[in-house]
Amino acid sequence: MDLFSNLALGLGVATTWHNIGFCLIGVILGTLVGVLPGIGSTATIAMLLPLTFGIGDPVSSLIMMAGIYYGAQYGGSTTAILINMPGESSSAVTAIDGYQMARKGRAGVALATAAIGSFFAGTVATFLVAIFAPPLTGLALKFGPAEYFSLMVVGLVSSIALAHGSVVKAIGMVVLGLLFSLVGQDVVSGVPRFTLGIREFYDKLNFVAVAVGIFGIAEILRNLEDERTRDVLMKKVTGLMPTREDFKRMAAPIVRGTILGSLLGVLPGGGAILASFASYTVEKRISKHPEEFGKGAIEGVAAPESANNAGAQTSFIPLLTLGIPANPVMALMIGAMIIQGIVPGPNVATQQPELFWGIIASMWVGNLLLVILNLPLVGVWVKLLTVPYYVLFPIIIAFCAIGVYSVRTNPYDLYTVVFFGALGYLLVKLRCEPAPLLLGFVLGPLLEENLRRAMIIARGDATVFVTRPISATLLVIAALVLVAVLLPSIRRKREQVFVEET
Amino acid sequence: MNGIAFDRANLLCGLVFIAFGAFFGIQSLGMEIGTALRMGPGYFPLVLSGVLVLVGLIIIVQATQVKGEPIGPIAWRGALFILPAPILFGLTIRPLGFVVALLITASVAAFASRRMKPHWALVLVLAITVFAVGVFSYGLGLPMRRFGPWLDFLGWNF
Repeated sequence: MDLFSNLALGLGVATTWHNIGFCLIGVILGTLVGVLPGIGSTATIAMLLPLTFGIGDPVSSLIMMAGIYYGAQYGGSTTAILINMPGESSSAVTAIDGYQMARKGRAGVALATAAIGSFFAGTVATFLVAIFAPPLTGLALKFGPAEYFSLMVVGLVSSIALAHGSVVKAIGMVVLGLLFSLVGQDVVSGVPRFTLGIREFYDKLNFVAVAVGIFGIAEILRNLEDERTRDVLMKKVTGLMPTREDFKRMAAPIVRGTILGSLLGVLPGGGAILASFASYTVEKRISKHPEEFGKGAIEGVAAPESANNAGAQTSFIPLLTLGIPANPVMALMIGAMIIQGIVPGPNVATQQPELFWGIIASMWVGNLLLVILNLPLVGVWVKLLTVPYYVLFPIIIAFCAIGVYSVRTNPYDLYTVVFFGALGYLLVKLRCEPAPLLLGFVLGPLLEENLRRAMIIARGDATVFVTRPISATLLVIAALVLVAVLLPSIRRKREQVFVEET
Repeated sequence: MNGIAFDRANLLCGLVFIAFGAFFGIQSLGMEIGTALRMGPGYFPLVLSGVLVLVGLIIIVQATQVKGEPIGPIAWRGALFILPAPILFGLTIRPLGFVVALLITASVAAFASRRMKPHWALVLVLAITVFAVGVFSYGLGLPMRRFGPWLDFLGWNF
């Protein structure tokens, strides 16, 4: 069968010592930074991204990036369970019951449950990606500029719908991101745009600098607002092994979480966050003892962790097949691919099968490494939680500076970091979420290019977007999503969801 | 303000969006706009700028309707030390080289927290520099001079 020969090809790539090594480094570094409270996986990846550029070989560096991603996510869950401080919204749900389990002395079991759930979900989701990615690339090859444009509109609209807080502000953030992406020389006419006359910006703003600024620097500043000491619950975690009873109780939630997470993860705009929340709600609804939820129910850890990880994995599907990022992390991945000289999209699977299948197989390898690594190393991560913040800031800043500079050895990129750090902090203070801005920034050039091409092909007839069936369908979806989030009744429900979540 | 109460965060947010919309919009007007058929370099950004200004106006209108939470504490000290750090790195990396740029950057960032003690900061900064020079310069071989042209008179060449 094709599927297995492809997976075998991928495993062959992913399991060379070389690549296992990079995957391992990625997973360790990702967990190391991800475990730091208050630093979410997007910030972690943005900071560590430049490290992967030094490798040179695109396959290895993308495998390392994927490793960082899984590590960061798992690190986030560890923090959520042990100190009730989720690094990001997708592990916020885990904190509810995970922290209660930890308070009852069952931190080890909670961590093991998270690891087992994640591994199971990761395995299933890897197969799902392998099954669904190729037919979707076939479909994607039929896409013209009009379809691409409409698809990106869907992605941007969904990122608006899934952002916290005000819908109008999220729209503003997307538009702002799109505008910043246009800085530099116009591809068609060669005219420099918005460069303030600075030659160094002709080649566009450095994507890594923007991401490091808006996620990394802004997040550091937020942590500096309120320098509380953190309470680490356990100095030592013992009793990792779940009991037979625990296994029985976590099995079904893990399966359900995986299914839900896989489905929602494909949604552009941040499905993994939604997935963990939805699966928690489902488990609470159908549980025989819902009163235990919020008091340390193992289902409340198993389901959202599985959903989270499954969603993280399937969000690679739109990226690998269409070149469209489903969330800010995938946006970073796209940025990394472009820097490595790979144009993300349907052609990757056919022209670079080793890369395509290697990444898919490395997802599974990464998950396996996480389980092998994290359970014995839990003690180390716990120790790390006691490292004071003020020691970390100079380290992070130094590495960010080196990393950003190394991308294209341009001092102006460092000024970009500072500008976006300050802007990101200001916007967060004004209750605007940064994720839509980054998505807009990544999609901006593609959006404009496809819009211009579509209009030229259609001889200036704007109806091309609604007369071509695939494009029209996508635009209808985008419109429905936008109308839905603006409807008063759904808006209230959405606000409730986000309030409960945070 | 004329008896209308504004939510400060939203008012400011609207103004920020309008300011950016105006900046990009005015710049776009200076470029060739073109037609819908053959869009010039100014077409797409001009449309986006218009949307951004509109969004800003809506947010300001909303600011009179709802009352959000206050903006909360602002990390002034953090911003004062964290933000200049990468700029100093950018300014010094070419003339002074990797080692000195790193020392300066890490030292400034170390004082972002008021809890940092000077002697610990010194130890930390030295450790970061030694580690980073070892990994990035010797290990990964990033193309950066360890000591820049301004330090040539010292004759350090390692």
